[in-house]
Amino acid sequence: MALLEVDEVVVRFGGVTAVNEAAFTADRGSITGLIGPNGAGKTTCFNVITGLQKPTKGRIRYRDRDVTGWPVHKRARHGVGRTFQRLEAFGSLTVRDNVRVAQEIHGGPLAWFGRSRGGVDMLLDRVGILDYADERADSIPTGTARLLELARCLASDPQLLLLDEPSSGLDETETDAFGELLVELAGEGCAVLMVEHDMDLVMSVCNDIHVLDFGRIIASGTPAEIRADADVQRAYLGYSESDESAHDTSVMEVVTP
Amino acid sequence: MSSLFAYTLLGLFTGAAYAIMASGLVLTYTTTRVFNIAHGAFGMLLSFVFWDFTQRQGVPTWLALILVLGVVAPAIGWFIQRFVTRGLGEGPVSVALVVTLGMLVALIGLAQQLWPPEPRALLPFYAGTSWNVGGTYVTAHQLITLLCAIAVAFGLYLLLSRTRIGTAMRASVDNPELLKLFGGKPDRVAALSWMIGISLAALGGILLAPVVLLDYYALTLLVINAYAAAMIGKLKSLPMTFAGAMILGILESYAVAYLPKDGILNSVRAVIPALFLFVIVVAMPQAQLRIGQVKGIVTAPLPTMRRSLGSGAGLLVVAFVLINAVAPNQVLLIGVAATYAIVMLSLVLLTGYGGHVSLAQFTFAGIGALTYAKLDEPNLFGLAVAALVAAGAGALVALPVLRLTGLYLALSTMAFAVLMDKVIFNADFAFKFNGTLAAQRLSILGMRIGSDTSYVWFMVLAFVVLALGLLLLRRGALGRLLIAMRDSPSACGTLGLDMRWFRVGLFALSAGIAGLAGGLFAGLRGTVGAADFLYFQSLLVLLLAVVFGATSVTGALLGGTALMLLPEFQASAPEMAGLLFVVIGVGAVLLGRDPNGLANYLFKLGRWTGGKVAPGLEGRLQGLLPRGGGAEPAATGDVVLEADVESTMVIEKVG
Repeated sequence: MALLEVDEVVVRFGGVTAVNEAAFTADRGSITGLIGPNGAGKTTCFNVITGLQKPTKGRIRYRDRDVTGWPVHKRARHGVGRTFQRLEAFGSLTVRDNVRVAQEIHGGPLAWFGRSRGGVDMLLDRVGILDYADERADSIPTGTARLLELARCLASDPQLLLLDEPSSGLDETETDAFGELLVELAGEGCAVLMVEHDMDLVMSVCNDIHVLDFGRIIASGTPAEIRADADVQRAYLGYSESDESAHDTSVMEVVTP
Repeated sequence: MSSLFAYTLLGLFTGAAYAIMASGLVLTYTTTRVFNIAHGAFGMLLSFVFWDFTQRQGVPTWLALILVLGVVAPAIGWFIQRFVTRGLGEGPVSVALVVTLGMLVALIGLAQQLWPPEPRALLPFYAGTSWNVGGTYVTAHQLITLLCAIAVAFGLYLLLSRTRIGTAMRASVDNPELLKLFGGKPDRVAALSWMIGISLAALGGILLAPVVLLDYYALTLLVINAYAAAMIGKLKSLPMTFAGAMILGILESYAVAYLPKDGILNSVRAVIPALFLFVIVVAMPQAQLRIGQVKGIVTAPLPTMRRSLGSGAGLLVVAFVLINAVAPNQVLLIGVAATYAIVMLSLVLLTGYGGHVSLAQFTFAGIGALTYAKLDEPNLFGLAVAALVAAGAGALVALPVLRLTGLYLALSTMAFAVLMDKVIFNADFAFKFNGTLAAQRLSILGMRIGSDTSYVWFMVLAFVVLALGLLLLRRGALGRLLIAMRDSPSACGTLGLDMRWFRVGLFALSAGIAGLAGGLFAGLRGTVGAADFLYFQSLLVLLLAVVFGATSVTGALLGGTALMLLPEFQASAPEMAGLLFVVIGVGAVLLGRDPNGLANYLFKLGRWTGGKVAPGLEGRLQGLLPRGGGAEPAATGDVVLEADVESTMVIEKVG
């Protein structure tokens, strides 16, 4: 049984259908990629899974329970963690305090009086931003802030990790290190679900990939299968089958910012 | 049956006037994101202008109407948008609310200056003319009101759907940034909607003045009616707003007709709009968390613990010197300032740290005072009970609006304050109508603090202890959580924080602090009554707290002192009162630039002088005054109070 099951979810904003009968799963110990052009409904899917957005139709099942009606914080308490595409770091707090707050929320009032700096710094070190620990979170570079969001999320011991474009703003070396970290996290039993535009990263770390276009899942499969899929090529590049052959996945990267 | 028809008809006419007022409110709010809490106050002021034109200057009614609605009101609207509220809609809700609150207070002050209290009446249009409709009489004024409402509805419809600028107005409701990109001019749109909005406030006020009387406060309070009506349309839909206004009018009319004329239910009639508002707010759907918002607010600097302790000790010394130096009747004034300052501390927690606005903080103090006055032999335990009861009331207010945030929460607290002021405090189990209760001085371990001087010093001590506690809290886990919640509620939610209950707890704690201040205040005064806790006082408390700086305890101290001085100056030194008003007005407008208030400018000044002007002075000063400037010169009461404030600033600097 998969850890997370998204079951025929539909989200409509007025006349616009942002997500149209999307169905996919995420398993413990594996990394699942969610890709697609801008506006395909990826972030909306994340909002539905975390409870920030009510689906018009469909269900979310998590650890074999229907959590569709659960509030945001309850899902989080049961191990659903996420980062945001448009950053949601606590800008007035230092990087260290950002993670500390997460620990304090996770631990409840009893944790408010303990001293947990060691654990916090370990997490900052793990994502590689310990050098920034004492800086205000609104003064650090975007890429670093994304890693901070990941560290903050890890502080609450998530079982399901939703990462919304985690690598944008990272340079090549940082992206490689980040990919290794993801594999490591999955190895520890975490289910990672990732929205990402860096195709190299997606293709190299994901076990499964789902492609969204206009709110609908147009393809699912392993990286190799996705790379060869004609529908995906069309959705990304607008090419017909006849002139697609010259383009490989690295082109996708160029098209999508 | 025919009486039901008559009252329904009557309600429709009042509702029509509410609809005119409410549509103006909705128009300005949707296009500029600034909720004009002074909407009713503008209606009030312009009704007085209309009265002045027609009754004092002898201008014909039709000409006066054209002048007020077509010239004066739009000019005011343009001016306000251009110089006061421009750009406020993009900032935090609390700042926009406090700036318009500043206008409300200023408008009432202005009206009282221009037209000192005396009985004056605005006559209905064509007084005496009426027709019999189905067995009930309809006056010409009522018919005109209804026709005006229809004209306003039709005019707004034409403007919004048939004109270019109307389309731009509708576009700016959804996304002003996008409008700018497409070549629209949000400033012009905003100016026009403020001009129309103020005109509609004026028309509503003029039409309602014969019904609710030409009174500074009654007309100002109409903003609650307008707001309640607008809430039916979620502050967006004009047709729903009109419907809401009609329902409210009819409900009020039925209340007049069918509620018993004696007992507590009689006073309920006056608060129908507030009750109506509560019901709608409770029925509102859950507010969705917003993602992708501006974060990282620069708050006032947090002093080190050593510096805070030093400042606290300094303040106690200054207070001691001051209390023993001033005239006996001025000792009590220092106690009043301490009361206000403690209530403002509760706002530092709620508004400054937590980002929520309460327009009922002095009402919570009233609940604390009421509880305290009911105790015989009040001791520290009794004071704690007073705080707890107020905290319970705070939780009760926050509970129904648990799911809502920002503006809705703030305006519900205003409805609560009006409800308490007009109904509960006047009830027989409370202070009774026009009544007062006697309150004892506080006893500690069996010793009564009898003398004024020691009691007031104890109040200052309470302020210092609470302020230190607050700073300690701000430094700890709770403080981090509060900031995190203000920076990104969505992130807090996805990390597992149940913000609804957290908010209730925060409200309760804040109300508890205010209740404690109320208890101390009751002990100070000896007798307290409903008149000490008018809803308007809560508005002043919030205004001065935010203007002087709701993000620092120094701001609370300054604000409390200023609020005490204001009526004193008004009575004895009007020119000083004028100066203070100017300071408050400038401070309110400056909030758009720095939401940390005037205290933060002082901090900046302190750092600047400390760093640039006198680098060596700090060391020398520290040598001279080991624990901050306790030895300030003590001259006459009022002046020294200012010195008191300044000396604490010095302490913050020198520490």
